[in-house]
Amino acid sequence: MTIHAVWVINKAGGLVFSRTYSDTLPTQTLNATLILAGTLHGIHAITSRLNPITGKGGLESFEGENWGGKIWMSLTGIKLVVLHSIAHQGLDELMKKIYEIYSDAVMKNPFQTLEMPINSSLFESRLLGLIQSVN
Amino acid sequence: MSTGAKQYKAIGDDVWKRTDKVNAELFTLTYGALVVQLIKDYEDYAEVNKQLDKMGYNIGTRLIEDFLARTGLGRCATFAETAEVISKVAFRTFLNISPAVSFPPPTQNPTSNLPPPTEFILTFDENPLAEFAELPRDAKEGGLWFSNVLGGVIRGALEMIQLQVETEFLSDVLRGDESTELLVRLVRVLDEEQPENDE
Repeated sequence: MTIHAVWVINKAGGLVFSRTYSDTLPTQTLNATLILAGTLHGIHAITSRLNPITGKGGLESFEGENWGGKIWMSLTGIKLVVLHSIAHQGLDELMKKIYEIYSDAVMKNPFQTLEMPINSSLFESRLLGLIQSVN
Repeated sequence: MSTGAKQYKAIGDDVWKRTDKVNAELFTLTYGALVVQLIKDYEDYAEVNKQLDKMGYNIGTRLIEDFLARTGLGRCATFAETAEVISKVAFRTFLNISPAVSFPPPTQNPTSNLPPPTEFILTFDENPLAEFAELPRDAKEGGLWFSNVLGGVIRGALEMIQLQVETEFLSDVLRGDESTELLVRLVRVLDEEQPENDE
């Protein structure tokens, strides 16, 4: 499995973190990525409305040829998005670990404002370590 | 103890074992110094209570992510369940205590259409924050709630998972009361634009 990219989307649909970990992904401007993330947030909201079992969440994954995306939302409303290759294994476990790193390196930094872009070298380096262990 | 409570106790015990520990004296003295400095700075106990609550709120909004990430718990079905999780898992994980949960008889509250219980009381047998504290008479008369930060933490943490609550201390052994009791009252369930993904 190759992890192409990791995004963190805040409650309001703003992209607060994005990193690319493979060179196969087409390069995009930050603005384009922001729009994509916002759209994905919207799609997630729409799909959760369509869910016959209310309160059970929306879109969880999408797939294309040889690649896919996985969306996981915490109870607090932040969304983690991972773009990955197919076949993939242990994605759920990976998402959980990313969330743990997020709760550690981002939320415990007293200078990190909630909902704002993440500029944490600790978060980046720990995330990089995790991704390199799977890529 | 119900199966749910037992299960939460086991989760709390398990997470506690995996948690990094800090020296209790350092923790207690740090909190004590903080409260005393606030008293010096504000010279008003009501204001100190407010500041402690605010600090707690800011801690709670951050701590909740750590809590969710480490316990992997999902959404509670009832507020009673929330009370159990706070006591058995949250307090156990972060302070190694498990305050007793009790539910006051429901009051007539026509404005609230939430299913009962909407309130619970946490009774603290031990309180690591106040291990060495003895309130001077001035502070007692001024109405200082020494451990007010706890109410703020609960308020902040629950707000992040769409539960708006009010918290208030009802009594404190430091003030000469029989017990230390913290009341948590559910005000409303916040309406997020989308339902939660409880994976």
